[in-house]
Amino acid sequence: MVATLGTALRLDGVEKRFPNGTIALEKVELAIAPGDFVSVVGPSGCGKSTLLRLASGLDQPTAGTVHTSGDRVGYVFQDATLLPWRSVLANVELPAELAGADKAERRERARDAIRLVGLEGFEKQLPGQLSGGMRMRVSLARALMMRPSLFLFDEPFGALDEMTRMRMQEELQRIFAETGFAGLFITHSVTEAVFLSSRVLVMSARPGRIVAEFEVPFPHPRPAELRYDPAFARIAGEVSAALRGGSQ
Amino acid sequence: MSTDTTPATDAVTKTAAGTDPGAPTPNLRPDTAHSGRQWAARLAPVASLAVFIGIWYAVSYLLLTPERRFLVPPPHQVLSVAFLDWARLEPMLLALSLTAQVALAGLVIAAVLGITAAALMSRASWLERSLYPYAVVLQTVPILAIVPLIGLWFGFGFTSRVVVCVLIALFPMIANTLFGLQSVDRALHDLFTLQKASRWDRLRKLEMPAALPSVFTGLRTSSGLSVIGAIVGDMFFKQGSPGIGTLLDVYRSRLQSEELFASIILASLFGIAVFAVFTLIGRLAVGSWHASASAGER
Repeated sequence: MVATLGTALRLDGVEKRFPNGTIALEKVELAIAPGDFVSVVGPSGCGKSTLLRLASGLDQPTAGTVHTSGDRVGYVFQDATLLPWRSVLANVELPAELAGADKAERRERARDAIRLVGLEGFEKQLPGQLSGGMRMRVSLARALMMRPSLFLFDEPFGALDEMTRMRMQEELQRIFAETGFAGLFITHSVTEAVFLSSRVLVMSARPGRIVAEFEVPFPHPRPAELRYDPAFARIAGEVSAALRGGSQ
Repeated sequence: MSTDTTPATDAVTKTAAGTDPGAPTPNLRPDTAHSGRQWAARLAPVASLAVFIGIWYAVSYLLLTPERRFLVPPPHQVLSVAFLDWARLEPMLLALSLTAQVALAGLVIAAVLGITAAALMSRASWLERSLYPYAVVLQTVPILAIVPLIGLWFGFGFTSRVVVCVLIALFPMIANTLFGLQSVDRALHDLFTLQKASRWDRLRKLEMPAALPSVFTGLRTSSGLSVIGAIVGDMFFKQGSPGIGTLLDVYRSRLQSEELFASIILASLFGIAVFAVFTLIGRLAVGSWHASASAGER
């Protein structure tokens, strides 16, 4: 990989204060390099989702700056957030369609993305005909098809059952290893954060601040059994301890 | 007039629900049990129709003396005098087709105006704040109170009949479309914002398709109202060819009770047909994704 001095995402002294006076985020410093996968864990209501909305440009900070390199940002929502009247293929094509991409090109890219998430043969199905896990795969494919340099995830697997969730984590980090993007992943599951990431950040309860940071040194792609490795358990334990400390 | 169509529309929905083929039966011989139940469900409205006709006969022959029988002529007399005599049926059918044209014209205009108005209101909240209260007022003004004014402005013929339909059918179109446009999932809006979608794309590819089920709910309500409006219009604006409402009034004044009953039945059947057609169109247009989507998401 080419060493780059630039960052895919940089937050400097970011603060978010809501009109009612609540401070959601306070002095957040964060930098994500290309090829870096960073997870943020924190208690409910600590401003994790706000952090993501600021990073994507959906919201503006009340202080500090948010800088993203390039404008190809992929965003995966908590729910699959699909258009129920569109087929899988048409849903995946949507971002390129809105960007005005050529029809043949966007169809080819959509088919590539659908193949990458393992949904070949389901192109013509409507979202209502799919399971929760499959809908989330469509959502992933839709974000992937823009070939984002920065990928933002807002607790995407939170609504899935445990088995599906673990399989989706394995799929996601395989895709990450294959395509190589910068990822920012919001979750409240410590094992999910450690399994996916090269770095885990722990946020405190409101006002949200980053209170601890852990390196996860295992190389990608990671086997599913890594979750039962003692070294993995040790890091997960440290993150959990920091999380308990930060939420008090 | 509304009391004529309401029980009829109920019968339509009940039949549709009763013949639902998806109902599972925990029986050893599910095929026969299932079809048996289906038949029972289909026969139920037929049976109640038979009871209704029985009561009709009872009123005609037991309650009314022969000289007062014109108030409720027995069913077979309505059938033979009004329905089986082409010379009497033909003017009724011609009148009904004219009323249908009025109702359809009014509905189309109300739909175009209503959807456009709702789309504009959803674009700009100042428009909604300044216009929506008057849309509600439009709904609460008794239509009969402004009918004389409509006659003065638009004459006493076809145009005024259509105007009555538009006035009566407009509000459900505006209200339902606006509700549909405004209840789009916030995350879906975020998705379009992230892709820097144009306002036009957002309306065309997100809000309008999402609002479609509500638009069809509005169309179904408005189609029924438009039929009522057309019949009311017929009664007040009698210039030009007569509509079914005009004939109703003529038959009443001449005490032609068989024709009066027949035209009431025809008008009701027309109301049922309109309701059924719009229910079907709505189901064809949105049924495939709407039912599955509401069952699947969350």
